[in-house]
Amino acid sequence: MNANPFAANPLFSYLLRLADDNLVHAQQLGALVSWMPELEEDIAVANLCLDHLGQARNLLAYAAEVEGAGRDEDALAMLRDERQFLNAVLVEQPNGDFGQTIARQFLLDAYQVPLYEALVASGDAQLAAIADKAAKEARYHLRYSTQWVVRLGDGTEESHRRMQAGIDALWRYSADLFAADDVEDALAGIAADVAPLRTRFDATVQAVLAEATLALPADPYQRLGGRVGNHTELLGHILPEMQSLYRAHIGAQW
Amino acid sequence: MTVTTGQEAFDTLIAAKQKIEPRDWMPEEYRRTMIRQIAQHAHSEVIGQQPEGNWITRAPSLRRKAILVAKVQDEAGHGLYLYSACETLGVARDELNELLHNGRQKYSSIFNYPTLSWADMGAIGWLVDGAAITNQVALTRTSYGPYARAMIRICKEESFHQRQGYEIMLTLARGTEAQKDMAQDALDRWWWPSLAMFGPPDDQSPHTEQSMRWGIKVETNDQLRQRFVDMTVPQAQFLGLEIPDPELAWNEERGHYDFGDIDWEDFWEVVKGNGPCNRDRIAHKVKAWEDGAWVREAALAHAAKRSAAAEPTANTVNAANTVNAANKELS
Repeated sequence: MNANPFAANPLFSYLLRLADDNLVHAQQLGALVSWMPELEEDIAVANLCLDHLGQARNLLAYAAEVEGAGRDEDALAMLRDERQFLNAVLVEQPNGDFGQTIARQFLLDAYQVPLYEALVASGDAQLAAIADKAAKEARYHLRYSTQWVVRLGDGTEESHRRMQAGIDALWRYSADLFAADDVEDALAGIAADVAPLRTRFDATVQAVLAEATLALPADPYQRLGGRVGNHTELLGHILPEMQSLYRAHIGAQW
Repeated sequence: MTVTTGQEAFDTLIAAKQKIEPRDWMPEEYRRTMIRQIAQHAHSEVIGQQPEGNWITRAPSLRRKAILVAKVQDEAGHGLYLYSACETLGVARDELNELLHNGRQKYSSIFNYPTLSWADMGAIGWLVDGAAITNQVALTRTSYGPYARAMIRICKEESFHQRQGYEIMLTLARGTEAQKDMAQDALDRWWWPSLAMFGPPDDQSPHTEQSMRWGIKVETNDQLRQRFVDMTVPQAQFLGLEIPDPELAWNEERGHYDFGDIDWEDFWEVVKGNGPCNRDRIAHKVKAWEDGAWVREAALAHAAKRSAAAEPTANTVNAANTVNAANKELS
């Protein structure tokens, strides 16, 4: 078996895993502004986008500092290629319809709330401080996405069908959020222990889907790989759009 | 004691430069004019999300991306307060939306021009928001109270937008050759449409006279346009960019800049629907609205179920209000 190249600098890799979830997710949400079902939802999606982008920036800036190679947040965001992105494959899945957008947000939120709450106690003070701010945002996001999962699940026949389709489409990408390897093993006391996160995630998902009259799909297949840069084909379309202008003017200030 | 009619009371308030409030009597034509003007302003904010939203996914740095998202979000927020101000005149937001979609109400023609480079984010903030503020500062003194108050808040945010736009331009103008070219190109494309934002010349503006009498407008299109030109020329000079007008020159006698003629034929063509992006902007807006129909229906249906469960007599209107309140809390 090949050695895990990301274990060479575990804190750097761990921060990228956390940052890239937020960066790719924010990138997807940014494309939705002005496309939402109501003006209030345009405002809400911009809020979500800004929060995730802010978390990504804090984490990338810290990752750059930990790496100590002279890169900054933009160099990490704009000059890494697909195989160096360590986000979970969930966040690179398409925006789809509003049901799918909400399903992706909900699964991410149900993971990030316990994640950040655990990281508040991280032995790394900088990471703990970032997590403290992010935890407040994540709890608010979860409240937002939960409300919509329930409204759509227990709304009309059409909304129920679409919300269920969103869950069905994305559930298979959810376990990748929790994929951990020797990167996390090397960071005892710093990284969040994934087992309790998974327990809380499952409890949230179960309770919310029950209230929404929705169910998890029976198919147990889970697509993993994002945490080691082995993505679905979709990421290779998201990154070029995000990086094009920066890469066309290397060295320019903006 | 003399009995004053609604008209007399209205005339007295206008003469005293006091505000007309929603419960005051007002001439039907005043109400119609206010609805038309506030709705057009609200629609402009909402459609205005599109040209800048076009660059969110490609912003050249994460900081610029965050600023741009926040700015586009402010525009949606301005749309919301303005629709609320308009609703005080007895018209519902959904009706206004419908009038926008079917072309019976307009939005500012400036948003019918495309954003072709990152520098357009700078030029829009600097010129388009700069022109808008010039207009809106005057409107903080407009005679309809809810509109005047909405303008005060909006102006504060717009002035931040204008500064960030200028800062983008300044960064580009101090940057590489390619960035300078990008900035000049954006100025070349946005200058004339920005001047046209103030509307037709005073002698060809169909609404100006009545609007001035009613205190809706406090300054004319030409006065505001001149103020904008006088303010903007030195800013362009500081950037080292050239305003695309060979006739632009300082007039010592007038104490103002003289400038060339605006191509009003082009302006009216764009107003009529023949601008580069008119169809796309409305098609985008209508598609978002139609794609979201099932979501809005679901929210109402869900709220109705909940309130039926909580209180069997509650009706769907209350339920809809609950959903709106929940949404507002999130914004």
